[in-house]
Order: sequence, then C-alpha cells, then structure tokens
Amino acid sequence: MSDLEPEQTLSSHDKLVYMANQIGKAFSAEPHDAAVAAAANHIRLYWDPRMRRIILEHLDKGGAGLEPIALEAVRALKGKK
Amino acid sequence: MSLVEEVDYGTPASRAKESVTLTIDGQQVKVPAGTSILRAASELGTQIPKLCATDSLQAFGSCRLCLVEVEGRAGAPASCTTPVAEGMVVRTQTKKLKDLRKGVMELYISDHPLDCLTCAANGDCELQDMAGAVGLRDVRYGYAGENHTKQEKDQSNPYFDFDPSKCIVCSRCVRACDEVQGTLALTIQGRGFESKVSPSQNELFLDSECVSCGACVQACPTATLSEKSVVEIGTPEHSVVTTCAYCGVGCSFKAEMRGEEVVRMVPYKDGKANRGHSCVKGRFAWGYATHKERILNPMIRSSISEPWREVSWEEAIAYAASEFKRIQEKYGRLAVGGVTSSRCTNEETFLVQKLIRAAFGNNNVDTCARVCHSPTGYGLKTAFGTSAGTQDFDSVEDSDVIMIIGANPTEGHPVFASRMKKRLRQGAKLIVVDPRRIDLVRTPHIEASYHLPLKPGTNVAILTALAHVIVTEGLVNKDFVAQRCDADDFAAWAEFVSRPEHSPDVVEKQSGVPADLIRGAARLYATGGNGAIYYGLGVTEHSQGSTTVMAIANLAMATGNLGRRGVGVNPLRGQNNVQGACDMGSFPHEVSGYRHISDDATRALFAKEWGRELDSEPGLRIPNMLDAAVDGVFKGMYIQGEDILQSDPNTKHVAAGLSAMECVVVHDLFLNETANYAHVFLPGSTFLEKNGTFTNAERRIQLVRKVMTPLNGYEDWEITQLLSNALGFPMNYTHPSEIMDEIARLTPSFAGVSFAKIDEMGSVQWPCNEKNPEGSPIMHIEGFARGKGKFMLTEYVATDEKTGPRYPLLLTTGRVLSQYNVGAQTRRTENVVFHDEDLLEIHPHDAENRGVKEGDWVKLASRAGETTLRATITDRVAPGVVYTTFHHPDTQANVVTTEFSDWATNCPEYKVTAVQVSPSNGPTNWQKQYEEQAAASRRVVELEAVK
Ligand code: SF4
Ligand code: SF4
Ligand code: SF4
Ligand code: FES
Repeated sequence: MSDLEPEQTLSSHDKLVYMANQIGKAFSAEPHDAAVAAAANHIRLYWDPRMRRIILEHLDKGGAGLEPIALEAVRALKGKK
Repeated sequence: MSLVEEVDYGTPASRAKESVTLTIDGQQVKVPAGTSILRAASELGTQIPKLCATDSLQAFGSCRLCLVEVEGRAGAPASCTTPVAEGMVVRTQTKKLKDLRKGVMELYISDHPLDCLTCAANGDCELQDMAGAVGLRDVRYGYAGENHTKQEKDQSNPYFDFDPSKCIVCSRCVRACDEVQGTLALTIQGRGFESKVSPSQNELFLDSECVSCGACVQACPTATLSEKSVVEIGTPEHSVVTTCAYCGVGCSFKAEMRGEEVVRMVPYKDGKANRGHSCVKGRFAWGYATHKERILNPMIRSSISEPWREVSWEEAIAYAASEFKRIQEKYGRLAVGGVTSSRCTNEETFLVQKLIRAAFGNNNVDTCARVCHSPTGYGLKTAFGTSAGTQDFDSVEDSDVIMIIGANPTEGHPVFASRMKKRLRQGAKLIVVDPRRIDLVRTPHIEASYHLPLKPGTNVAILTALAHVIVTEGLVNKDFVAQRCDADDFAAWAEFVSRPEHSPDVVEKQSGVPADLIRGAARLYATGGNGAIYYGLGVTEHSQGSTTVMAIANLAMATGNLGRRGVGVNPLRGQNNVQGACDMGSFPHEVSGYRHISDDATRALFAKEWGRELDSEPGLRIPNMLDAAVDGVFKGMYIQGEDILQSDPNTKHVAAGLSAMECVVVHDLFLNETANYAHVFLPGSTFLEKNGTFTNAERRIQLVRKVMTPLNGYEDWEITQLLSNALGFPMNYTHPSEIMDEIARLTPSFAGVSFAKIDEMGSVQWPCNEKNPEGSPIMHIEGFARGKGKFMLTEYVATDEKTGPRYPLLLTTGRVLSQYNVGAQTRRTENVVFHDEDLLEIHPHDAENRGVKEGDWVKLASRAGETTLRATITDRVAPGVVYTTFHHPDTQANVVTTEFSDWATNCPEYKVTAVQVSPSNGPTNWQKQYEEQAAASRRVVELEAVK
C-alpha cells in the first residue's frame, strides 16, 4: 500500500493561503479598496467557517505568505466577524 | 400502450412568412409559401405515395412515386420537388397516376428479394407499405435477369447492418449523412444499374469516416440499413418518449420496446433540442443498463480491506444511517456531507441536497459541476445575473459568426455540432479558439476563418486582447452598452482593456497566437452580424476559469450580441443534467435557483416548507471536503452517481481523503473506482428505470420516463428517501412529480414548472413563472436578470503550473465522441470498438526529440504523479503541447493532474499540467498496485437470503 499514500502536496493550511492570494490577484485590476472589499466578500460568501477560521488564525500568527490584497482582505474579514 | 407514431410530411417545413392557398383533391389548404405539394397534402391528411422523400431531408425527386396532376400543367410532376402556388388545383389519385405508380413499384420490386416474412423490417418497411399503397399485385419481370439480390452484407458496425441486396438507391442515407449529420461519409458510387451506396471509398462502415450516429439507418425506407437489435429481437410493439442520459444536448428519444426489453432508441422528431437527430451514445450505447457487472444488491463492509457483503435494503440503509449518526455524534454536525450527481434527475438531485441540508443539518453538499462548469455559474451570474446559457439551440440557425472557445462540439456535443455545421455550410463564419486543431477547423465544406491556437492557460489574455481591438478600433455597440449595461463599469473596463499591455502584439508573446489573427477574429466577431459564442471546459477548467467566463460575457455585451436569436453566450454542458444539478441547489453556498444560503428570507422559505432550520454558513466544496478529511475532521460522505476518484484531479490526494473517512456511501450502477474506498454500496437505477426530469444546456426541462422496472428494486429518489427517513428526517413522496411541485413552490424561476406542463408542452425552458408562463427560449431580451449588465475587469494571471526543465510540455485533456466521461457506461457497451484505450497525442517534433514512435508506450509524468499510456503522433497539437482523454480507469490520467484550481470556484485546472513524456515499457508500479488493490476491493460475498 505504501505507494498509494499521498504524495507530499500542500497542506490545507498552505492551500488556503494560496487560494486567498489567488482571489486577491483576480481582483487586482480594481482600485485597491474595491479589490480588498471584493476579495473579503468572496471569502465570506464561499469559504466554510472552518476554512475562514484557519485563515484568521494564520493572520493572528502574522499572516506569512499572504500577499497585500489578500492580507488586507483577511484583516477585513476579521473585522466583520 | 402502442408505438408513438410520427407523421412524415415528406419534405421539411418552409420558414416563409407568406402563405399560399391551393386545392388538393377538392379540399382547400393554406400553407407557407415554398411548401411542397407533398407536404401540403400530408397536412390535409392525404399521404401521397413516396419513397425518396422524408421530412428530415431536402427533396430529391428520384423515385417518381409521388407524381400528381396539376390543372393547367402538362405531365405528372413529382409532388416532393414541386412547390405550391396560389390557386393551384392538384389531384393525387387518377387512373393515369395509379398506372404510373404501379409501374414504378413493379420495377423496384423486381430487383428486391421477396423474403418479407423473414425480413427484420417486416411491418416497418416503406417499400412494403408503398407496394400496398399503390395496389401492386403482381410483378411481370422475373428474377432470372441480372439483379442485386445476392450482394454481401456489411456487418462491421457493432450496431447496424448494411444489406445492399435490399437497397433501392433512393439516397436517403447519403443525404441524411450529408444534411443531418454533416459527416458526408456516404456516396452513391457508379451509375444506372451499377449504382450503389458506399461508405467512404468502398470501405466497410467500421473503417469509413462514419461516426455511427444512426441518421442513415433512420432515413432508410427499407431493411438495407437496420439496427442489429431489431434483427435480433424483432420489431418493437410500444414506445415511450424519454430523454438521453449522456450529454448536455439532451436529445429526445422514443424508447421502442418489446415488453420490458428495449429494442431500439429512435431520436424523436418533436424533441426540440435534437429535432430528430442523435449520436452514437444516445442512439446505441444503452446496453450498460443490463450489463452483467451492474450491481443489483446493496452491500456493506466495515473496512475497505474487507470484501463486500450483500445485505438487504433495510440493513444497508439502517447501517448507513447509523454510521452517519454515529459520526455526527462523535465528530460534530459538520463532519459529514455529500455529492449530488449531474447524471441523476432534477428531483433526485434536489432530494440529495435536501437530505444534506435538512437531515445532516449542514451545507456540505456539492456536485460534479464543481469539476466542470462551476466557473460558468459564477461568471455568468456576476455579469448577467443568472447562471445559465442565454440561447436555445435553434438560435444557431440565425448566427452569422460562431466563435467556439475551448470546446470540441463534434466529439462532446455531437448533435448540436451537426446543427452548427449545417449553419456553417450555409455560410456562417467560424472562429475557433483552442490549443488543438479540433475537427471543425477543417471539415467537409467548412473551414474556420480564424483558428487561434493559443498556449494552454492563456484564455484570459487572448479574450482581453480581442476586447482591446474592439474598443480601440471603435467597434463597440454603443447603443446597446448605453441602454443595457452599467456605464461606470463599462468605462472602467474600456480603459482597462485599452491599455497597451492588452494589445495583440503583447499578447502574441504570452499566447503564441499571431497578433494579426487576434485582430482579424475580433473584427469579424464585432462586425460580422449576429455573433454567438459557444464554449466548453477548455474555458472553465483553468485557474482563471471564472475570469474567462466573465471575459466572454464582456465581449458579448460590448458588441451587443445578447438578447435575441442568433447571438448569445452559450456554455456547452458536459453531462446530461449539469445545468439541472446546479439549478437544484447542489452547491454548498446556494439553494435552488442560485440564492445564497446566507439570505434570511430564502432560508425562512425553506424552513417553513421543510420544518427544519437551515445552516446560514456555506459548506464545503468537494476539494475542501477531501482536504478536511485528510486533516481528520471530515468523516462521512454520501456520493450519488459520481466517481470522484477517477474524475477529480490528483487521484492520490482523493484516495487519501477517501481512505481517511469512516463511512463512504456510494450510490451508483457499478462498483466504480470510488467504491474501492466505500463502506456502503447502494445500487442505483438507470434512466430507463425511473421517472423524473433532466435540464439540458439550453435550460430545457424534459421528462425522463420509466420504461422498465428498476432491476435494483428502487428508483434513485426512493433510495435517498429511504436514507432520509432512516436518518430521522421524514420524506413521503409517492412520485417525482411531487418533488417538482416542491421545487416550484420554493424556486421563483421554476414557479410555473410541473410534470403536467412539461408533458403538455413537450419541454419547458426556465425561467418559467408568472412572467414567462411558457418558459424562456432566449434570455435577457429586454434587460438582464440583474438589471444592468456588469463588465468585470479581467486581469490575466499566468497559471502557477509552469513548464520548466523537468516538465517541459503542457498536457491538456478532452474526450472522444464514443465515450462518456469516466466511461463507466460507454465502456460497458460496444462503443469500445471505437475507442478502447486513452492515447497521448504528441507533436512529431516532440516525439522525435524523445525517440517516441507511433503506438509506443510512454511514461507521462507531472509533479503530482506519473502514468503510462500509448502515444499517437499528430500535428493536431502544437509543439510543446500533449493531449489525452480520460475515459479509461487503467490510464489514470488524473494521477498526473494537479490540484491547481479556479480562484473563484476551485474548479480544477485539468486543461493545463506541466509534464514530461519519455519512452516506457508498460504500466507504472502505481498502476499495477492500484489494479491489485481495486481487484481486492471489489470482492463480493453473496448472501443467499438476500432479496
Ligand atoms: S451512421 Fe451517421 S455518420 Fe455513419 S454513415 Fe450513417 S449518417 Fe453517416
Ligand atoms: S441504403 Fe436505404 S436509404 Fe440508402 S439508398 Fe439504399 S434504400 Fe435508400
Ligand atoms: S449523448 Fe448527447 S448528443 Fe448524443 S444522443 Fe445523447 S444527448 Fe444527444
Ligand atoms: S418521393 Fe418524390 S420523387 Fe421520390
């Protein structure tokens, strides 16, 4: 069975940082504030509570790896909830 | 019950607006100008004898049986080729006509074997009928002279036989292949007595260009072309109209039966999606329904290393319910979830999401649309306000420019492709945006004006460059934009796309598409008349899938190509009920009708109907469920009609997620790959065994009708109901129509839908409500569903899946005509004759560099994993790009695909994976071990007492 174990892929934690950055980038052509608001709103509407909790905990630990729009979006999310 | 008979009017309906009045056999009739006399008579109920004419084909005038007399005209013109005229007086039955017709029939019969009693078409043969109709009683010419009655049969096609000895050379088959199917595989070779029907250049059907659509078989008035199943079983005695369960075209069929045995599936002329046409899958590939590998008894096991144990339905349901309850008690309410199926009916899908939201009490429900069209939902909802295509299929008849982006209609949506090809042969222009040279780029009588062979992953760059040309060259439809779209958004968008970084010259470097092609395509789309965009998974299955959908919507709005026939934005849906599954609220963040779960008023509506409060938080999507399972917090799953192990990306990760769960319930027809990781197997029913509705890519809701008793004992909705009841959330439906009534009560866009209405109208396109009681073939006619159309800025973000020295090639994936998705059904039919393994297409240049020859085994490796398959060398793919299909589990194409996904919806990026290809000796260790494990996992201990 050993070969059937998963390969080392991103942990769910890293994956969420990656996804948040992807969302930030998708709105990056918008003016800064609008981009942050849109990214925050997207995460609020589409991520389940546990995913949001993990990213907020990550923010509390410094938010390493989050790019500017994503970082601000996650901060905004914290403000809301 | 009896056979559903359809009138053959002899020639196609005229689309003319003016009408003409004439007299036939003393009766006046008013018909559209351009109608043939034959058709006009038929509308009066008079069937003039005919052989070479049928109403799916243009009249040809070769058999001379349909002669009539017209007052004031000499001779006896053929009524199929003679159009009506004002005041015309026609006689269809006179002594002279009778003699002429008898003479014609006598000649036909004298060269036709007289084995009617043992002929497969006995009772279903137009030649026989016509001999009767003209009163032929004897044939003066014997069989002593030269005739065709000894010619050999061609039985090479797995589904139909060709017996030339019975051919009357009416050329209906040839014309059906040309006009209806558009493949042009048949010709009449030779002249006079020598003339005969020939596939390609005197080849066998199987070796020819024939794609086995069956149009010729249906058009043939004799037994020359007949279904093998009719030869074997006999002619059918009753029929039931139903809907194909394969692709999103949603073809309507008559299931022609003998008792509970299907004799054949015949495309239904009144089917508004297919208009009497079909493809090889729906027409012929239904044998899986009775395949010996189908599982008919429920089974359970406590661990996936044990063999399956057959049990009674009661035990299986009780076990599954107790496991879900145990898991929720131990790990919490959110530790379970489920997946609905785009292969199942609307009613079944609605019930599964209801079970999850009400009985599980969370929103962890998703559907396989996650891996195909979820970006369509997101993108179109953002731009227009509804998550659906804007047109009906008929609309293509009015298109002047057709742009196909990331879709391969002739393989994926064959019947719609045939309709599209018809329009292209009439002169509509074609633009193809696809990394691969799909068949439509060059096919008989069709040549694309532009083929933009972009590098996989650069869709957004290309579409934004098209917009750049349209805006900077002043090709915007200003009136449309001013009236219909949000002005500020448009201004911001126009400024954005006009930036120099979006010019064709810059984008040429990113995409590899010459700037001139981009400019030419943009100008043609913007100025060529009615422009229609059709797109497929080559758009959605990217990390920028949703952005690409929005970029498409932007183009259509900027050029005013929305809100009328001939235009629009049209996603070509993969599975039969992808549209329906999305409509029914299968996504974790929204309930039926695309309403967000956080909306209090909507939840209140459901709470009142269901008597349970709904969770206001979005649930997990399929990839999130698997991640949560690997993290140890998600433990149980109910999977209806999906094979996520084979169809979802990064197989190893999916396997890890599934193995981490304590209760996986698979509800399906076969022990699929996912079932290797399941603890409960609930045998499902096929589309032939149940009632319900499917919604096709044009939002058309059609009935699926039960033609046989479910071999597994229950229709799928009944099984979900059993499970829900065992979970303590009662459901008491007695027929799926009651489920649709509930959907209508809860969903504004379905408010006017009921089984009775669909039955009466044949089909209904949503929205169907007070405002549109008859449904809506075309959307956004007066305004967008959301009010003003919204232009979105589409920043191109290159995918992180990049080529490099280790993985220098880009893999993209697709499918073939004869197989369907993971192949669970089509692999269990004769369709394997057409496609028995997945092949890797590689450009000659890349093949040579690697020492790979045609048919060699190659290893295909990516960051995620590796697999082996055979290579085929072709310049259909550009250098640097390789391509394969994913129909066979032993190929395990998804072992190599990665977990990169669309930013908005997590739809996986199947269409771009960086890979390396190298020669190999055969299957990898993973493939071998997987095969062993799968075999072990499929062991079944049968229980005598069961059932
Ligand atoms: S089955 Fe279809 S493709 Fe094949 S010859 Fe007949 S009409 Fe043409
Ligand atoms: S095969 Fe059938 S349709 Fe074709 S020419 Fe012969 S009789 Fe006519
Ligand atoms: S698979 Fe699609 S195109 Fe083929 S018959 Fe079925 S619905 Fe029609
Ligand atoms: S039916 Fe008119 S000529 Fe054959």
